[in-house]
Amino acid sequence: MKKLEYDLVVIGGGPAGLAAALEARKNGVKKILICERAPYLGGILQQCIHNGFGLQYFKEELTGPEYASRFIDAVEQSDIDVKLGTMVMEILEDKKIISVNREDGMFEIGTKALILAMGCRERTRGAITIPGSRPAGIMTAGTAQSYVNLEGLIPGKEVVILGSGDIGLIMARRLTLEGVNVKGVIELMPYSTGLIRNKVQCLDDFNIPLLLSHSIVEVHGKDRLEGVTIARVDQKLKPIHGTEQYISCDTLLLSVGLIPENELSSKLGCEIDTVTRGPVVNEKRITNIPWVFACGNVLHVHDLVDNVTQEAEIAGRAAADLINQAAAEVEKDVVIRHDQNIGYVVPQHIDALNNKEKTVKFFLRVKNPDEHVRLVVKDNFDQVLLNLKKTIVEPGTMVTFNLPRELVTKDTSSISISIAREQAE
Amino acid sequence: MKTEVLIIGGGVIGASIAHQLAKYNLDIILVEKASDVCMGTSKANSAMIHSGFNIDGGTLKGKLALAANKVVKQLCQDLDVDLVKPLGSITVGFEESDLEKMKKTMENGIKNGIQGMRLLDQQELHEMEPHLNPEAKYGLFEPETGIINPFEYTVALAENAVINGAKVMLDTEVLDIMIENKTVKGVKTNKGNIEAKVIINAAGLYADKIAAMVEDIDFEIKPRKGQYFLYDKKWGNILTYTIYSAPTKVSKGMIVVPTIDGNILAGSNAEALEDKTDLRTTAEALDQIYTSTISHLFPELPRMGDVITTFTGLRAASSNEDFIIEAAKTVKGMINVAGIQSPGLTSAPAIAVMVEELVRAQNLELDFTPKANYEKGRKAPVMLAELSYDERNALIEKEPAYGEIICRCESISKGEINDAIHRPVPATNMDAIKRRVRAGMGRCQGGFCGPKVLDILSRELNISPLEVTQKGNASFVLAARNKELPLAEGDQKNEKIRI
Repeated sequence: MKKLEYDLVVIGGGPAGLAAALEARKNGVKKILICERAPYLGGILQQCIHNGFGLQYFKEELTGPEYASRFIDAVEQSDIDVKLGTMVMEILEDKKIISVNREDGMFEIGTKALILAMGCRERTRGAITIPGSRPAGIMTAGTAQSYVNLEGLIPGKEVVILGSGDIGLIMARRLTLEGVNVKGVIELMPYSTGLIRNKVQCLDDFNIPLLLSHSIVEVHGKDRLEGVTIARVDQKLKPIHGTEQYISCDTLLLSVGLIPENELSSKLGCEIDTVTRGPVVNEKRITNIPWVFACGNVLHVHDLVDNVTQEAEIAGRAAADLINQAAAEVEKDVVIRHDQNIGYVVPQHIDALNNKEKTVKFFLRVKNPDEHVRLVVKDNFDQVLLNLKKTIVEPGTMVTFNLPRELVTKDTSSISISIAREQAE
Repeated sequence: MKTEVLIIGGGVIGASIAHQLAKYNLDIILVEKASDVCMGTSKANSAMIHSGFNIDGGTLKGKLALAANKVVKQLCQDLDVDLVKPLGSITVGFEESDLEKMKKTMENGIKNGIQGMRLLDQQELHEMEPHLNPEAKYGLFEPETGIINPFEYTVALAENAVINGAKVMLDTEVLDIMIENKTVKGVKTNKGNIEAKVIINAAGLYADKIAAMVEDIDFEIKPRKGQYFLYDKKWGNILTYTIYSAPTKVSKGMIVVPTIDGNILAGSNAEALEDKTDLRTTAEALDQIYTSTISHLFPELPRMGDVITTFTGLRAASSNEDFIIEAAKTVKGMINVAGIQSPGLTSAPAIAVMVEELVRAQNLELDFTPKANYEKGRKAPVMLAELSYDERNALIEKEPAYGEIICRCESISKGEINDAIHRPVPATNMDAIKRRVRAGMGRCQGGFCGPKVLDILSRELNISPLEVTQKGNASFVLAARNKELPLAEGDQKNEKIRI
């Protein structure tokens, strides 16, 4: 079996992997390898031909492939090695990675550090167990996006979309522009779970109805999908009898959530957060395994690729520190807690003695939409470190804030974050 | 077209009969109306080789199940089919009354010749299955039950028959049976007429319909629906044995079992139906199965989340609940194999032997001399996951497609998919690929590899991507190419869902 040696291996050549590798290179890491399972770099961005990428990071509006190409070009001009069509099969505890591709067969890569950047996959029909028959014509929105944008093939002529996730909303518009009748988007929750701008630009602008608090109670059809029965749901999300409505359609697209792809990480022994379903990390994106870092959608599902890039750069710098032996040895762990209104916070803990960066950036998602709230950050002495006003919070949009390092002292052992409605004065 | 033996139905029974009769100098055609073998009852069941401990040994199905248990290991070895036997089962009880039933089941098992059965006390029960509901009190251990992959088994049987000269015709539906002078002459199908000396009706759910094409019949096949949960492999270690809940009158009990591929399968209920095509799952039944059995036995198993899929199987139950394996009463050359519900998968090899005897007894001038160059085996397709790294490298060097991973969840290579398309019984659609090589069977359920598999099928079969189906017939995956559909213009508005 062929054996290779690198300082840093990055699994995944999507936006996270590309930015992490480039940042590590910028910070002095010499031998870097990106393993990408697709025959091209860029990841899912390559099928996201709509615009709206890069507004934060590049301060201009790009399509997915354009956004990706900025990083791909930089990687190609660098001495970072890339192996395409390469699937990582296993990560071993002794810092070895077993991969396979057509040219090298099964081969082993030794490394000093590893960055996980495998992205996420879509939740499927099985995972939400929609009752009914098993006809053709049911697929995830991302699969449909791949057919339409990469293969030039249209999945159906009359489409219903289940779930108001961003990919579903984007596909509602994309298919409408291809002459497909998108009959509507069905959302179980009483609010849209995607970005507000996608609801406005992809549904409202094309007169595509969004049915909130609705669910599909049955799918019909033997060979190919013939229709779905939808119904309104009550507050416990159970279908209300008598509200059923039959909608004829030949295609059902599922946009019901994304799940980080952590099979390799779990097998290696990475501790996985039950909410994010990504590894538990500190602010440097180090997992519980000291030579393994994680960033991008493998860590938690992001709303904007710009945030992925920033997070990947953090992981790239931290991996460089480890490889260059510039990482502080003494660590003081500070646990991050949050209240019930918050679904999750990343990072899950921080190092009180890390003074490499002036601020720590936190990413969080709220459980329910709300308005005029205060985000309050306190330490274990009940000292208020931050008190920020947020006009609108909703689960589809990540909330981010920067915590100045100087507020975290060697005596800080935990930090708690809460979000609550502003008290009327 | 002309043959000697015509078998209707490509389920495990039809395939077993083809495999059995292919040992002799006989011309055999097996017709299957679906686009693949193993598409009906054989596909969706508990995938167990029942030892027969809980079956009435006096019934035909009991006798055949017990007989088949003696030959299935050798058969699977010959056919290169994975079989885990003995694995063993535990029947689990919560109530005093369950214990009484278990004692009776044990007596029955002993009568059927099953050795090594024993009752378990609560402590031993939980030592053997630590994830069981702590409230479970009683256990009946039985060592002989096994598990198998029914698709792999059926495909292997059919492939061996093809290797030995039989012909398998897919997408071929029997429309009528031709009879002259009280003797069958052949069948009319959607692909034309096929003359035959003997017709074997192994049509599963439709065995009554086929039998009635020949004469008036006194049985009826009533589909009995069972719904199942299939769990992600990460739950594969939650149990060791096949687990039965304590039996009820209508069922051997519900089961939670490991599959040969390392998943967990749980189910199933029993609902009598009229519609033989009703493969729907229903929220009520799934909830009921989950609450009454799955979470009752293994409280850690979730209702959703790690459920890869839920599915329905239709058992082909006859009116008298036993197998009906007999020649037609008034017409020569017709053998009916009907009512093959559980333990049909188990009994298949014994059923095939019984059918051979019935065919011989028809005295039809058939040449039953053994085939001179008979191949008793079949080589299973290459499964990279089962090979060492060095073995894989040797293969990839010869054929680089084995190094190109298409299905990332199950690590299936393009080489394995290509092989499936060119096997003796070929996979010609998305689901057929999924059943052969598990591409699309994993966590993403084909989300990532679907478009790639479709592309491979289209190239290897030399058809348009728009002609590729999910599961044969009109189950097309796609509808058009980009820019082909007309855009709605002006006032012409597409109908939307009303809010």
